[in-house]
Amino acid sequence: MITTIDMERFNSALAPSAVMLENMNAKISVRDFDFSYGSAKVLHGIVLDIPDRQVTALIGPSGCGKSTFIRSINRMNDIIPNARAKGTISIDGRDIYSADTDVVSLRRRVGMVFQKSNPFPKSIYDNIAYGPRIGGMRNKRELNELVEKSLIRAALWDEVKDRLHESAFALSGGQQQRLCIARALAVDPEVLLMDEPASALDPIATTKIEELIWDLKVNYTIVIVTHNMQQAARVSDRTAFFMLGRLIEYADTKTIFMNPKEKMTEDYVTGRFG
Amino acid sequence: MQRHFDRDIEDLKDLLLRMGAMVEDAISQSIRALLERDTPLAEEVINNDSRIDQMELEMDRRTLELIAKMQPAAVDLRFVAAIMKITPELERIADLAQDVCERVIELNREPPLKPMQSIPHLAQDAQTMVRQALDAFVRGDAALARQVIKQDDNIDQQTEQSFRELLTYMLEDPRNISRAIRLTFIGKYFERMADGATNICEMVVYLVEGKMIKHTPVTLNP
Repeated sequence: MITTIDMERFNSALAPSAVMLENMNAKISVRDFDFSYGSAKVLHGIVLDIPDRQVTALIGPSGCGKSTFIRSINRMNDIIPNARAKGTISIDGRDIYSADTDVVSLRRRVGMVFQKSNPFPKSIYDNIAYGPRIGGMRNKRELNELVEKSLIRAALWDEVKDRLHESAFALSGGQQQRLCIARALAVDPEVLLMDEPASALDPIATTKIEELIWDLKVNYTIVIVTHNMQQAARVSDRTAFFMLGRLIEYADTKTIFMNPKEKMTEDYVTGRFG
Repeated sequence: MQRHFDRDIEDLKDLLLRMGAMVEDAISQSIRALLERDTPLAEEVINNDSRIDQMELEMDRRTLELIAKMQPAAVDLRFVAAIMKITPELERIADLAQDVCERVIELNREPPLKPMQSIPHLAQDAQTMVRQALDAFVRGDAALARQVIKQDDNIDQQTEQSFRELLTYMLEDPRNISRAIRLTFIGKYFERMADGATNICEMVVYLVEGKMIKHTPVTLNP
């Protein structure tokens, strides 16, 4: 059965109380956040708390605003002409859109991994060492240790330890993606944003990335955008469902997939959307 | 590669085994209460049943979450399906042990009927079948599962035999009737426990081989 969107229901869907965390430590707090590209408003009054050291998945149909939203968390949208943000996104209580925010340091704290792996045209080693070198790390031994630690954390060390000085492009797609994760980890971020990190990978490589996400959440707050609802169900602790630029429902992942409150969420997760 | 899902599956298996151990205890205690005419022990089994019920709810909760979150496929799917079928069987077996104990308490209000011949054997054999069914599940042993299923015919014969035995007591003296009927019920309860073990074994075969063998004649060598 295919259903269409009930706009009246859609407009009245969100109960703001449902998106605040109770008894949980919020790493990222979003309040009344709007985002526009020129005259087109793509995010409307987003309110949600993202818990520390958990995986939060953002799901929703194409064009729902989930990618714009995740890019807002480390201000990647700043570089787009005419882009405008309103409202606040706070990390550890500090608004990242305030005038005194150092965007470069923000992006060090909030790492990002993209859909298509984008290693630098350098060796495996230099891909990891690039960020720390820019940050002033010169000591060879320290760099060696950091490269090893980052690759271990990204579950890639065993596969590349004997070929660290080969080109990163010699790696498979899945390995390149884990290299990008290792590169993001090398600058010791607190938050890891992942925009469709496994959508270009085969099932085995996807499983490896998902297992890695499970391991990483012990140390990092992870936000993942995925078109793949099953992936959201598998890897995340909490899930936010976006539609047409609005946050429709945000809850424990098992609630979203077993017993969502909103009919629109139910229609989406059951594939009834029309 | 060890998957996170593998750990979930192991956890679920452990929980099912703990539930299985509690059910085995309930059966052996119900047999002891019957043979030793031990009313306090029978009451204990009845009181403990709610713990097994809670285990069933916990198993259901975890299994549904696993389906919703992990979308299991192939052997993982068969495992989750097997768990969902085996859990209520175990809970039902525990209920039957509780039913035995309720009849025991009623019987103990009257003098013993006569030395029972067939019911103790029937009870022990049913208990063995349940234990073997759980062993077959733990070991993923389809051959053992098939052997257990085969034993069910033997249990049916024993149930019939105990019924005939009790019928003679009823014919001898109408004052035996109420006790003999209660014992007939007890025989039937143990026979139903063995049926539960059979159902568990059918799911073990499904889990291991992907073949659904229920409602079909069983052969030991497929």
